[in-house]
Amino acid sequence: MRTLEPTLAEHPFFRDLAEDYIRLCAGCAKNVVFKPGQYLLREGHKADQFFVLRAGRVQLQMEAPGREPLTIQSFSEGDVIGWSWLVPPYRWAFDAKAVEATRCLALDGACLRKKCEANHDLGYELFKRIAAMMERRLHATRLQILDVYAAPGR
Amino acid sequence: MSKHASPTLPAPVLWTRGDMDRFFETLRKEGYQPVGPTLRDGAIVYDTLSSTRDLPVGWGDEQEPGAYRLRKRGDEALFGYVVGPQSWKQYLFPPRRKLWSADRAAGGLEFKPSAEAPPKYAFIGVRGCELHALQVQDKAFLEGPYADPYYRAVREGSLVVAVNCGTSAATCFCASMGTGPKVERGFDLALTELLDGGQRFVVEAGSARGAKFVDELSPQAAAPEDLAEAARVVERTAATLRRKVEPGGLRELLARNLEHPRWDEVASRCQTCANCTLVCPTCFCSTVEDVSDLTGEHAERWRRWDSCFTFDHSYLHGGAVRASAMSRYRQWLTHKFGTWHDQFGVSGCVGCGRCISWCPVGIDVTEELAAIRANDLGKDGEHAHP
Amino acid sequence: MPRPAADLRPAPLAAEPMLPRAFRVAARRRETHDVFTLELEPADAPGEAFAFEPGQFNMLYVLGAGEVPISISGDPTRPGRLMHTVRAVGGVTRLLEGLKKGDSLGVRGPYGAPWPVLDAEGRDVVVVAGGIGLAPLRPLICQVLARRDRFGRVSIVFGTRSPADILLAKDLERWRSKFDVDVLLTVDHAPPGWRGHVGVVTALLPRAAFDPANARAFVCGPEVMMRFTVQELAHRGLPAASVHVTMERNMKCAIGLCGHCQYGPEFVCKDGPVFRFDRIERIFGVREL
Repeated sequence: MRTLEPTLAEHPFFRDLAEDYIRLCAGCAKNVVFKPGQYLLREGHKADQFFVLRAGRVQLQMEAPGREPLTIQSFSEGDVIGWSWLVPPYRWAFDAKAVEATRCLALDGACLRKKCEANHDLGYELFKRIAAMMERRLHATRLQILDVYAAPGR
Repeated sequence: MSKHASPTLPAPVLWTRGDMDRFFETLRKEGYQPVGPTLRDGAIVYDTLSSTRDLPVGWGDEQEPGAYRLRKRGDEALFGYVVGPQSWKQYLFPPRRKLWSADRAAGGLEFKPSAEAPPKYAFIGVRGCELHALQVQDKAFLEGPYADPYYRAVREGSLVVAVNCGTSAATCFCASMGTGPKVERGFDLALTELLDGGQRFVVEAGSARGAKFVDELSPQAAAPEDLAEAARVVERTAATLRRKVEPGGLRELLARNLEHPRWDEVASRCQTCANCTLVCPTCFCSTVEDVSDLTGEHAERWRRWDSCFTFDHSYLHGGAVRASAMSRYRQWLTHKFGTWHDQFGVSGCVGCGRCISWCPVGIDVTEELAAIRANDLGKDGEHAHP
Repeated sequence: MPRPAADLRPAPLAAEPMLPRAFRVAARRRETHDVFTLELEPADAPGEAFAFEPGQFNMLYVLGAGEVPISISGDPTRPGRLMHTVRAVGGVTRLLEGLKKGDSLGVRGPYGAPWPVLDAEGRDVVVVAGGIGLAPLRPLICQVLARRDRFGRVSIVFGTRSPADILLAKDLERWRSKFDVDVLLTVDHAPPGWRGHVGVVTALLPRAAFDPANARAFVCGPEVMMRFTVQELAHRGLPAASVHVTMERNMKCAIGLCGHCQYGPEFVCKDGPVFRFDRIERIFGVREL
């Protein structure tokens, strides 16, 4: 049977992770496909998955009443989406919508949490990678807040 | 050019006060406009001179940080003062000058350069520090990819009559900058005023242009005693200098101390009034003003002095890059003593001390540099900024 | 002995280096709500081509209002009309925005150190542009694409504020359609309907393919954007000596005489505006310099 291990191991997020750990993570993974317009996750819904993007494009959006939904970030091949499965109360804080046909591996959040609890070394490895990803996203968000292309004096 | 460089230059001569008067007449006959020191508004300033009587006869000056005052010397010295608030740059690089005008015409815009050519000046009484200041400004205005045509015309047309300093101010530090008090080169004529044993002037020619005046005035050769006394005048002046800057490695010192706490300290005193840059004989910043008449069909572009202490100097997209007084003081001092070397291969400071005397709060650049050197943040090779 | 009379005359002035030349607007087009492109020709010689090097700039003068430094955005490999792509952000640029075909203005230049395109031959090329920063890079891109075979992989990474702020859209489309150029475009935020990348330009850099040991990066955009871009490039292993950036300071004379554009030891107008990054790396992070 073809497993998801090689696919996971090739993804930049899991690059150079020990084989044992790849196997443990792959045990929580399944292949998922989204059509353009389909949502991967919705704000407020239960956050039970960690998406590993293989192809396509996903937009992170925020909606406010009376306003058009604003896209604040997009993801494509090589990206991962979602860390709310890590942090109680495990609820998504954004919408994520596929804008192209999108193929992902979806890792079950509860499954991953359980394995990290059982194997703290795996947990530490994953958390280091997630922390690095969060640092980059936070940095990018700060840059966006700077609005560097805005007309001066406005 | 060194006085020894050309064998054709005449030996030093001795002029009396009467010869000085005749010198002024000759200058006029030769088409020169003599400009030099004269008394005005409680200071010795540079202006057009009609005769030696316009010089500050018998006047000297006393200077301290934030202080300048005239005093009677009790003699008839013509050059018994040190330096006033002005410098020769006002003639070479006028505070305000029209660059060109533009008119809307049938065929589009018509641009006309300002044709006004400068007079031939005779700069009377240029000190050692000031000679160096001219050479420093030459690098900025003449030696880059583009030259300032007006500066060039004045520089090439003028006669430089230097004077060896017979007295110093408490604010002077020329010796440590290697610019004075003795005038070494870059003059057409150099005078040393002798007062002991009767007023007379030892005159040496530094160029063929200067030599002509020595020849024309039927000179009396300077006696060995006069030459020895002239040398003693400069030596005595050099011995009175109190201030100094340690010039070694200043460029590197300042480059690695851009985040030094002293900048904040000095900024707490600095009024960002720009006085130091206006009195500085080497500061060359300028800005332009575009003016138009009421019809909007005729416009002019004027250049005027600017200062890195103004908020607008670093204006960029609706704000100033150097918004704080700290950054503006740092710009001035690091440029003058540091990055000037990168840009022009020399220091931007000639040690004339004007910026010390004319600072309303008496900020002393020699003290600021010493304070940074005393607490060099980068001397262990670490970066001075994070 | 009296001097010859000629000696009494004041020395004549040499040509004024700050004198503009009269140009006319030959064409204008709107790029975005605040960016426009002007095509200009000399008023007295309409067919005359304007020679320049990529990255150089001109001073553009509007009668009575003043001058602004604007980079040249034309194609240096196809000499012709002078082209400027301008963002209307200040008094003079708003007046330039109001110029119509046939209107007059003054031009002097070109000035400044160019992008060292030749130095990139035989190597991968990464062009990183932020906002109006694409305009000074356009001549470089044109030159690289005109001799495409001399370069390795070519990536153009462009970030701007929103889809409505995409300037030079036709060029981007043309470049994107080439099979041997990788165009990566992102916007800081997007309204519905936008299907492209969203996020800051630095987030796209990991997607640009280049060999850090044999690549040249050319970066132009707001200073903050460049700061984080050079960090990201360094993170990818590109040495500072392989990165070129353009600096912006207050340029008044553009010929190194007025002192306004000083940036540490540099005069941005004549030592720059293009700098090899290692030359200014030491002062790049110093505030208010």
